[in-house]
Amino acid sequence: MTPSPLVQELILAAVKVAVIIGALQGLFSLMTWIERRVLAFMQFRLGPNRTGPFGILQPVADGIKLFFKEEVMPAAANKWAFLAAPVVAVTTSFLAVAVLPYGPPFTLPRLEFLPSWLSWLWPEWLWGRSVQLQIAAIDVGLLFIFAITALGVYGVVLAGWAANNKYSLIGGLRSSAQMFSYELSLGLSFVGVIMLAGSFQIGDIVNSQAARAGGWFLGWNCFVQLPAFLVYFAAATAEVARTPFDLPEGETELVAGFHTEYSSMRFALIQMAEYINMITVAVLATNLFLGGWHSGIPWVASEGLLGFVFWGGKVAVLLFVFIWLRGTLPRFRYDQLMHFGWKVLIPVAAVWILVTATGVALKGR
Amino acid sequence: MDAILFYAAAALAVVSALVVIGQKNPIYSAFALIVTLCSLSVIFALLGSPFIAVLQVIVYAGAIMVLFLFVLMLLNVKSEADAPGRGTRTLGAVAVALVALLVAQAGAVLVRAEPGPAPAFDASTRRMAEILFSPQFLYVFEATSILILAALVGAITLAKKDL
Repeated sequence: MTPSPLVQELILAAVKVAVIIGALQGLFSLMTWIERRVLAFMQFRLGPNRTGPFGILQPVADGIKLFFKEEVMPAAANKWAFLAAPVVAVTTSFLAVAVLPYGPPFTLPRLEFLPSWLSWLWPEWLWGRSVQLQIAAIDVGLLFIFAITALGVYGVVLAGWAANNKYSLIGGLRSSAQMFSYELSLGLSFVGVIMLAGSFQIGDIVNSQAARAGGWFLGWNCFVQLPAFLVYFAAATAEVARTPFDLPEGETELVAGFHTEYSSMRFALIQMAEYINMITVAVLATNLFLGGWHSGIPWVASEGLLGFVFWGGKVAVLLFVFIWLRGTLPRFRYDQLMHFGWKVLIPVAAVWILVTATGVALKGR
Repeated sequence: MDAILFYAAAALAVVSALVVIGQKNPIYSAFALIVTLCSLSVIFALLGSPFIAVLQVIVYAGAIMVLFLFVLMLLNVKSEADAPGRGTRTLGAVAVALVALLVAQAGAVLVRAEPGPAPAFDASTRRMAEILFSPQFLYVFEATSILILAALVGAITLAKKDL
């Protein structure tokens, strides 16, 4: 019995959602360990190396520890807002992931050797079916991400306000001021890329890069749109509050910023939202500027699994760069942060849009 | 499927809009307004215009409401006390009359409406851009942009006396 096409689509979508949410949670715990090990290596320390081989089971130990810690809620906190804030943070960070592509379309294998009593596991309607490695390929994909980022600010604002703690409130306000200052340059950095691709759909933008320069990596947006790429990277780092833009959590002045009063699993949720935002930003940079799943060499094919490997490699490099920056750069001062965002990034992005627009008008795409 | 989503989003919009005006705590009202705007955006998406839906969230639910919340939190506005205000009865009567008028109008629209599917229209991003930048609307569109720019410059000059 073959289910109707709608049911088939729904099943596939549900499986994709489950796989991606699971993969992200796994990647989140792995990233906490990698970050601590790499930072330790950069600072001539060892980092967590006791739990399991190379300490790789450290996230599990951390998870168990957080699970058994007491959940504290300040007596004067606003109860509902305090409970809702981590939920808002995690929900928005997972939502943004829905429109990102994770690789080229993938053709499912035909498993003819499967015995009939196992055929429900891999039914015939899956054989040879081409599957997009993306949950929803919507027309306004890029704008959707932008909208979700705009909503993500509320998790931080709510957390800072609800705890009824002055450090939390100042951290939350700082954080939201930083996020919407840099959201502007983040949005402007997309414009040139959108103009060159002629589409908001992220898959189209990826393919438009491979079509340039005869398939060589010089046609990628990180070269063609170099200023936009630099603006994007700076703004995105600020958007996810990573060093050197980690003022919301500047512990020398604000204890831990907007999540000072959070403990146990609620703290873990906020932490997870931050890491997933960082992964989203890296995936977006890979797709918009680094040619997505394309190899960048004309005679090296990038279909199927191989494309996924190229894509994953680029994301991994970007994630490493985020950790590297944290190990290298000191934190900005607040006035420097605002100055950099408003007086450097936005003008650069705006001028670059003019340059790109002139180029597109004169020569076409 | 579309009908279920529409009624869910519409119900959410109406309920959260009631919360906006019924709440005594202004922060709750602001958050309820964000929910209203997001559910309106779902309705726009169902009507076949994802572009408007996304803009609704970016501009209203995202940018504008953050500023509202900022002001509310910085000023630390307390919830309104139960002021027994004068003329409550007159105001109540006016409110009831207005609601009755609204219900009557909605009823009239429903009675006159012709059943059947809505006429097809193209609300894609490309079509929207073509209409906005057509000779018919180009002048109005650009004039609005200059108006917004002027308001921006004015706000900065008023707020910052010594530039």
